[in-house]
Amino acid sequence: MTTKEILTTQDLHLYYGSNEALKGINLSFEEKGITALIGPSGCGKSTYLRTLNRMNDLIPGVTITGTAEFKGEDLYAPNADTVQIRKEIGMVFQQPNPFPFSIYDNVIYGLRIAGERDKEKLDAVVEKSLRQAAVWDEVKDHLHESALALSGGQQQRVCIARVLAVSPEIILLDEPTSALDPVSSSQIEATLLNLRQDYTIIIVTHNLQQASRIADRTAFFMNGELVEVDQTKNIFMNPANKQTEDYISGRFG
Amino acid sequence: MRRLFDDELAELDADFTEMGMLVSGVIRRAVDAFLERDAAAAQQIIDEDHKINEREIALEKKTFEMIALYQPVTSDLREIVTILKAVSDLERAGDHARNIAHSTIKMGQKQKVSELEQLMAKMGQMTTQTVEDVITAYVNKDDHEARSLADVDRQLDHLNHQVRSESYKDMRQDATFETGASIYLNVAQDLSRIGDYVTNVCEWIIYLRSGQIVELNSASEGTES
Repeated sequence: MTTKEILTTQDLHLYYGSNEALKGINLSFEEKGITALIGPSGCGKSTYLRTLNRMNDLIPGVTITGTAEFKGEDLYAPNADTVQIRKEIGMVFQQPNPFPFSIYDNVIYGLRIAGERDKEKLDAVVEKSLRQAAVWDEVKDHLHESALALSGGQQQRVCIARVLAVSPEIILLDEPTSALDPVSSSQIEATLLNLRQDYTIIIVTHNLQQASRIADRTAFFMNGELVEVDQTKNIFMNPANKQTEDYISGRFG
Repeated sequence: MRRLFDDELAELDADFTEMGMLVSGVIRRAVDAFLERDAAAAQQIIDEDHKINEREIALEKKTFEMIALYQPVTSDLREIVTILKAVSDLERAGDHARNIAHSTIKMGQKQKVSELEQLMAKMGQMTTQTVEDVITAYVNKDDHEARSLADVDRQLDHLNHQVRSESYKDMRQDATFETGASIYLNVAQDLSRIGDYVTNVCEWIIYLRSGQIVELNSASEGTES
């Protein structure tokens, strides 16, 4: 199988004021599949994830150097369109964050902003996205009820559907199950495993078993540096780096 | 960071080593009993075989628990897998010591054949030494030593071959020697099989150190059981 790189960062540095949070990250992502970013708190993995769809733009005092390219286009070019970037590179957060309106309106939010008014098309997108997010059967009879009435796990899958509705190529997830119970977490994992055939998925997780269960590749970050990236089974069976081994064996972190 | 897991792993490691010494001792006694035609000592080995089996089961149970409770990865996982696999090899090596004890009783006070006795003494000495060495290699997690021990297995296979041709030769000369010869053949085969199990343990020691599953002596004779 030939795969090509869809997202690449080279010598990516990020500073919060004078504090260097990312110290030159060189990392590429191939199309499709799941990559897990792991590492102790404060290692830079979430910061790195957020640079991939320019979420850090919103934080004052942030400086970014180096390159981040999506399909060869510079994400940080002066004329880059952040709305378009975030459509193509969607993000799901730790806390499920549905908007305070109906499930239906949550899912089509992005399309509505983009001016889509065709009811039939919107209906189709809602069903397809909710099916892809593996929550359709549970919510199909309540589409016009508030998304806030759903369980945490259902809310999170609706949030995934909301990202899917705008047809992204990459889905970023920042600890998407850390606020969920084990059953909801495993539903999210099953959802991601279905999506990995069609999307490039990058997930930050503190749950190492989650990384080992679902990720094709795992990248270990520490102190703002990328220590090691490899096939997940190599990382968990026989990592090349001692720090990686110590972290995932629970010797620190 | 000190982990509870480290304490349990150290305990598992010590229990495994202890079982290794137990098996090694039984093999030495089985060889001595055969060479000295000591039926009483042989019977004791047979009676005590269950102790090895019980230890194997206890160690297996412990490894299952540790996998379930701690979900070990990397070298932690390799150490547990090594013990889980090697413990079966040790137990089977112990079974062959028991077979030798049975053969000793069957042999009774039959005439000793001096060429064969010499070969058996050499094989017995080599086997007991290699079992002791592999336990030491495990304790020291010494993969170089593990690799070199595989050579002893090849020598044992060669000696087994010699015992075979010597026994057939003697049988051709004296048909009444048939029972005695078959016992020599069996004991030599048992010793050779113990050598094979030592080689398996060597392979697990290498896996423990490197994560590589290797096949030492893949062309070794006598690997059929």
